[in-house]
Amino acid sequence: MTLIRLNDVRKTYHLGELDVPVLKGVSLGIERGEMVALMGASGSGKSTLMNILGCLDRPTAGDYWLDGQEVGRLPGDARALVRNRKIGFVFQSFNLLTRTSAIDNVLMPLSYTNSDLPRREARRRAAELLQRVGLGDRLDHHPSQLSGGQQQRVAIARALVNNPPLLFADEPTGNLDSRTSKEMLELFQKINTEECITIILVTHDATVAGYARRTIRIHDGLIENGAFGAVA
Amino acid sequence: MRTLITVLGMATLALRRNVMRSALTTLGIVIGVAAVIAMMEIGQGSSAAVQATIQSMGADNVLVQPGTASSGGVSFGSGSVITLTPQDAEAIARDCPTIGAVAPVVRARTQVVFGNRNWVPLYIYGTTPSFLDVRDWQELEQGDAFTDRDVRNGSKVCLIGQTLKKELFGDLSPLGKEVRVQNVAFKVVGVLTRKGANMMGLDQDDILLAPWTTIKYRVSGSTLGNVNQSTGVKGDTSQQVNSLSQLYPGTSAALYPTPSATQAADTPQPVRFTNVDQILARATSTAEVPTAIKQVTRLLHERHRIKMGQADDFNIRDMAEMTKALASTSTLMMRLLLCVALISLVVGGVGIMNIMLVSVTERTREIGLRMAVGARAKDILRQFLVEAVLLCLLGGAVGIAVGRGGSALVALLLKWPTEASLPAVIAAVAVSATVGVVFGYYPAWKASRLDPIEALRYE
Repeated sequence: MTLIRLNDVRKTYHLGELDVPVLKGVSLGIERGEMVALMGASGSGKSTLMNILGCLDRPTAGDYWLDGQEVGRLPGDARALVRNRKIGFVFQSFNLLTRTSAIDNVLMPLSYTNSDLPRREARRRAAELLQRVGLGDRLDHHPSQLSGGQQQRVAIARALVNNPPLLFADEPTGNLDSRTSKEMLELFQKINTEECITIILVTHDATVAGYARRTIRIHDGLIENGAFGAVA
Repeated sequence: MRTLITVLGMATLALRRNVMRSALTTLGIVIGVAAVIAMMEIGQGSSAAVQATIQSMGADNVLVQPGTASSGGVSFGSGSVITLTPQDAEAIARDCPTIGAVAPVVRARTQVVFGNRNWVPLYIYGTTPSFLDVRDWQELEQGDAFTDRDVRNGSKVCLIGQTLKKELFGDLSPLGKEVRVQNVAFKVVGVLTRKGANMMGLDQDDILLAPWTTIKYRVSGSTLGNVNQSTGVKGDTSQQVNSLSQLYPGTSAALYPTPSATQAADTPQPVRFTNVDQILARATSTAEVPTAIKQVTRLLHERHRIKMGQADDFNIRDMAEMTKALASTSTLMMRLLLCVALISLVVGGVGIMNIMLVSVTERTREIGLRMAVGARAKDILRQFLVEAVLLCLLGGAVGIAVGRGGSALVALLLKWPTEASLPAVIAAVAVSATVGVVFGYYPAWKASRLDPIEALRYE
């Protein structure tokens, strides 16, 4: 089942008089449950593509179907809702709230979810997620009391709290040492296989990309290879 | 409800993350609100004290006088018709809710003698004990006031003012002594406290108060009013102002032959009509004076059967000038205080806006993150707005406590009168919330307009 489908997506930035085309017609498809690496050198349009895939930005032209919904032309608030319900983000620099306990960090996205989940139930779920990423004994630790790897685990738990079908990891190991990176990527693999959550790893590191089953390479605004999976 | 709790929880969390800065930010509001509360309480206390002083001078008094008689185009001046009765006074006390106390007054001007001394006081007033309530003179230096029973009985008792006491008794205690007023011996039952001069400079302590019945029937008993009434003759009004009776003192002899039983039955005696010279009333508050005047006017129209368009047979005075002065002083004072308070609150609000702007810049990444995980622009706006308002309300709460503490301290140390003011508290809370909304809106709006992509990359 196709989760993501991009159809001739273009993105052009306007710098004054100058039109700078960054994406020049990208088409790709990602199936549910895949673990894909998105690779490209800086300036290749990788970040722009990621922003569009993550519903943070809108394409200038082309269609973007996410989970059976055309999201490329949604207004800001509707995209915020899509991000909230369907996409989890893990960033290179963790982006945790300072002086806020791990569990409160994980609970944060729920405050923007229009659901009737009781507070106790939400806390239980957050604690369970932290348990799963291996931080069951550090629920009340603040980010400053956690190592980089532990902080990234909190970020992963936060990304998963709304049960999204899609998880974005933007250079998730960029700030971690190699051993922690390995642990982190194995954690991603585990989440991918156990939860059947689609994971997109955005990276420029071939080793990281090696953990994914498929690699989409982008170069100069166009997909070089890996646009569609082997099995459709 | 749930979202409100969530938002409030988020705001407290955010504020708790930087307690020191939150405290310093809200200091402006704390000082502003504390200033408002303290100023209002001290101001209201002193204004109440000033008001009480002015009120004791008679600012809330209403004076009802008989109207003007005229005959053949000649006006005889105020008080020349006899229209007011003690029953009018009782009716006013009973039927006018805005009137707190009423006293009929019968005036006399004559010599008061004690031993080998004599003095003609400015005022010899025959009245009821409620005169003291009307004039705010309840406290006596010595003795007790005469009672309603004394009034009913026409007892020969009196209260004297400080000036009269000095002139007649010197250093002697006047209590229980007898003074003679036109050869009627009055027992002094009490001495009034010092009141000083009134607005016109007349000595208010130069006074003798006695039951109005006594003054009416024993002291000024020879006035024409009584004579006319006892004869039951209805002359024209000009007769009533005739002062010829002074030539025939004590004319109580019947001018006409005693009517026979048949005649008496055919012509029933008119109701005995006793008049008083004026009725002094006190409105429940200075602000109620105009209402009180209206009510008294309507009542007297009814009682005196004055039809629409007919001229009144009485007139009513109040201390309009005094009340106006009083009102203008207190409103001026209030406005001044309000200005000071507003300025300090605005300054506090600017401080809040400043820090909120810094906070928005500092938390750009957090805002980006929140947007990435699904916060809409209005969620961000609400969050920062709630933070600002919460900060202001907390500042307001602390400010109220500090202000009340300050005014209590002032009351304790400087012995200034202060008065707790609920409106001030409500206003302070409302204003600090408004300041939070007004000055928190711009930073919150700025935060909500951030682009999540750029905000996430912000260093």
